Amino acid sequence: MIWNDSYECMSRDELHRLQSSRLHDTVERVYANSPFYRRKLQELSLCPEDIQTVEDIVKLPFTVKTDLRDNYPFGLFSAPMSEIVRLHASSGTTGKPIVAGYTRKDLANWSEILARTFTAGGCGQSDIFHIAFGYGLFTGGLGAHSGAERIGASVIPISTGNTEKQIQLMTDFGSTVLCCTPSYALYLAETIEKMGVGGKLRLRVGFFGAEPWTEAMRREIEEKLHIRAYDIYGLTEVCGPGVSYNCSEQNGMHINEDMFLPEIVNPQTLLPVAPGEIGELVFTTICKEGMPVLRYRTKDLTRLVYEPCPCGRTNVRMEKIKGRSDDMLIIRGVNVFPTQVESVLLEFPEIAPHYHIFVDRVNNTDTFEIKVEMRPECFSGSVGHVLDLTKRITHRLQSVLGISPQVRLVEPNAIGRSTGKARHVTDRRTIY
Amino acid sequence: METIRQLSIFLENRTGRLADLTRVLGEAGINMTAFSIAESSDFGIMRIVVTEPEKAQKLLLDKGFAVTLSDLICVREDSRPGLLGEVLKLFSRENIAVEYMYAFEADGQASLMICPDNLEKCLSILKDNQL
Repeated sequence: MIWNDSYECMSRDELHRLQSSRLHDTVERVYANSPFYRRKLQELSLCPEDIQTVEDIVKLPFTVKTDLRDNYPFGLFSAPMSEIVRLHASSGTTGKPIVAGYTRKDLANWSEILARTFTAGGCGQSDIFHIAFGYGLFTGGLGAHSGAERIGASVIPISTGNTEKQIQLMTDFGSTVLCCTPSYALYLAETIEKMGVGGKLRLRVGFFGAEPWTEAMRREIEEKLHIRAYDIYGLTEVCGPGVSYNCSEQNGMHINEDMFLPEIVNPQTLLPVAPGEIGELVFTTICKEGMPVLRYRTKDLTRLVYEPCPCGRTNVRMEKIKGRSDDMLIIRGVNVFPTQVESVLLEFPEIAPHYHIFVDRVNNTDTFEIKVEMRPECFSGSVGHVLDLTKRITHRLQSVLGISPQVRLVEPNAIGRSTGKARHVTDRRTIY
Repeated sequence: METIRQLSIFLENRTGRLADLTRVLGEAGINMTAFSIAESSDFGIMRIVVTEPEKAQKLLLDKGFAVTLSDLICVREDSRPGLLGEVLKLFSRENIAVEYMYAFEADGQASLMICPDNLEKCLSILKDNQL
């Protein structure tokens, strides 16, 4: 099902014309209204007339997270505060939070893209949405909320936490759709099993995002909750959730290209990569009024797929995020992504989909340990079996990663659960 | 000789885990009559014979322990030197392997808790030899 086929199925030529004109208008807007961008453009001797088509985008400067931090709170806004009707912020673990400002039109566009997202997942008026993304400054909760309301569904703004109560309401209200992080979906699944209420649920679809998650994790969630699990992608700096979305093919996420121009660049040279190559995802907003961003470096790594999608949408797809360039670990000289570890671990039915990676430095060598949880029902009681399982996991990880980790099996629930984004890595080396 | 139900519990090598486990059993009024612990560098498996094995298993599962129930053979004879040797000689003659075993003596009675590779065969061999 398609919410808005004039935009989602636009011909590539028409889209190119639309994008070019919107890009020009955006550069004009920031040049006139944002001292930050005017300065940056002037430093490059650029003015809005120099940007006429999408191809001119490579002339524009990049924007990075520190630009938002350095200009906290409202330094990147292109609208007066009287026109800003919403403020969101993402948690800054180090330094100041990232603040985003939205005009009324921005909010309407935001609910539009979430409406496209939820409709692509087959949802509509008769659905009951259980929104377990955090409500508040985080864009997840209110973002998903606005889209669900827009399609006319019944929205439960339950936010995170109080898991048993959530499940109680899920069964009492007959929720059909779940929105939350993939880590929380797993935790909900575990708790539902423990409470023994699986049979009473009416969930059929879920939309998950805000952290990278593998295909193997998707299968796990679909199996455990008996739903179809859709990927949604977004980031506060660009808008929030809804920047791109899975269609029924569940093979890559369609980018709302009429509003967000994507590029893939080499993170070192910052030059565009060859078509189909993996690199860093960059977005330029071409509809936003409150806080437009030019060539925002997301630090997420993926590739774009221009092949036509069987669903009929013409907007380009991005593959599932392989990892964040800053999630990547370099251990004994080898690049390791937590998502690689995750895919391997999910091959083993004897262990739960919860893990934690510990990296440290001892005697001038990197140490690499992964704790994985045993599933209680798979414990056979034999020392030999446990040792053998550990060995098989280690062997498989070694062949996928190229280095050998120390795998430790821990008891059920020994690895903390998360209601939001899960932290899979503790790297103690950074202390030194 | 009889078959006994035994609990096997997976425990990380973390201080206090053993204490947690025994406290849970104690608070539920479940008594342990025999146990042994198999250890490796990262984890241990505690094997316990308790008064109410099914109840204990359910309780421990609810408390989040990885626990399984299995059957063991318990040979009870008057304690004397050479008893174990005879039993093991019998096993080796009949090609029965011992996965693990543990034993204790009380009031002159030796109890041998045996986990063989083939329970049925072991039971019939022992029966045939009046053990």
